[in-house]
Amino acid sequence: MSAREGESNLEYLQRKLCGVYPDLCPMFSIEFADCVLAVPRTVLHGAAENLKALGFERFGFVTAVDRGEDFELVYRLQSSRFGAGIFLKTEIARDEAAIETMTDLWPAADWQEREVFDLFGIDFIGHPDMRRILLADDWIGHPLRKDYQDDSVIPRPDYI
Amino acid sequence: MEDGGAEVALVDSITSALESMPGGGIILTSLDALADWSRGQSLWAMPMGTACCAMELIAASFSKFDFDRLGTFPRPDPRHTDVMIVAGTITKKMQPAVRRLYDQMAEPKYVVAMGNCAVSGGIFYYDTYSVVRGVDEFMPVDVYIAGCPPRPEALQDGVLRLRELIHTRSLSEGRTYERDLTLPGLDSPRAGTTDAVRPIGDLPSADGTGGGL
Repeated sequence: MSAREGESNLEYLQRKLCGVYPDLCPMFSIEFADCVLAVPRTVLHGAAENLKALGFERFGFVTAVDRGEDFELVYRLQSSRFGAGIFLKTEIARDEAAIETMTDLWPAADWQEREVFDLFGIDFIGHPDMRRILLADDWIGHPLRKDYQDDSVIPRPDYI
Repeated sequence: MEDGGAEVALVDSITSALESMPGGGIILTSLDALADWSRGQSLWAMPMGTACCAMELIAASFSKFDFDRLGTFPRPDPRHTDVMIVAGTITKKMQPAVRRLYDQMAEPKYVVAMGNCAVSGGIFYYDTYSVVRGVDEFMPVDVYIAGCPPRPEALQDGVLRLRELIHTRSLSEGRTYERDLTLPGLDSPRAGTTDAVRPIGDLPSADGTGGGL
């Protein structure tokens, strides 16, 4: 139940993850000295449940990346047991931007998911209070989307 | 304020009575000087510190720069204060709250826009969806202080300039150049929102729906 001699935290985490959940093993990788678990959207919630059972008791954050045709959701989970964190990633289509909520696993996801909804317009299914959090309630659009249009924004001229 | 500067009722009646009296103008001038002096010496401040300029505002208030020697003293209640020092970026979501605090201040009231963000939006002028480009979009501003952030000395200089401005005022209506107070109110649509902007009195209800302050 602990790291072997000469084994790093990440290698220990990889060994445990592949031992307990072999289904998740092919989606696991170590990039830039950090763990990444890139999963299809259908298994995202199940993978998160497995990671929580494995010892990832802390929800770091959730954010999104607008990749044009689709959004990439990035969750950061942390574990004091492994002394390591993991990035849980998935991709969702732009025209059906919705995903299951994580608030049932980690209550800390509440405001984080509201922020992603506010700025990216991604709906979190099952969230207890899906409202805007940073912008005014009557705001139109989601500003961090690449196709966001706002006439009040003054574009920066070239000479500045 | 909106209907032509409603001052304290007693002062209003004194000035109108003096103006119609022979020789009353001399008394009125002395009274003006007294009122200007007393108003200018004790400008209690409403610190609207929303960003990094607030650090300089705090530094100006404490012992090294000692704002108190100018009679300026921070009070956390708009009803106790004479001048609102807007020190920091005002976002579009913050705007109704700032305006609401300004409306709660008693006349005569003044506004100091401290720092580039409060003056014009500063570095958030371009390419930003969330920031109001200067507090003079929704409040009358008396003194602008440039800087990012301005030093405490600059803020104290701004308050001294405000004192000079107050010394040009008169108790009597029509003797002072009045600023144009027809500003876009909260009823006019804000950027990024619908035409139906909520009224200022629309506070969140008990169940947490509606409102946004």
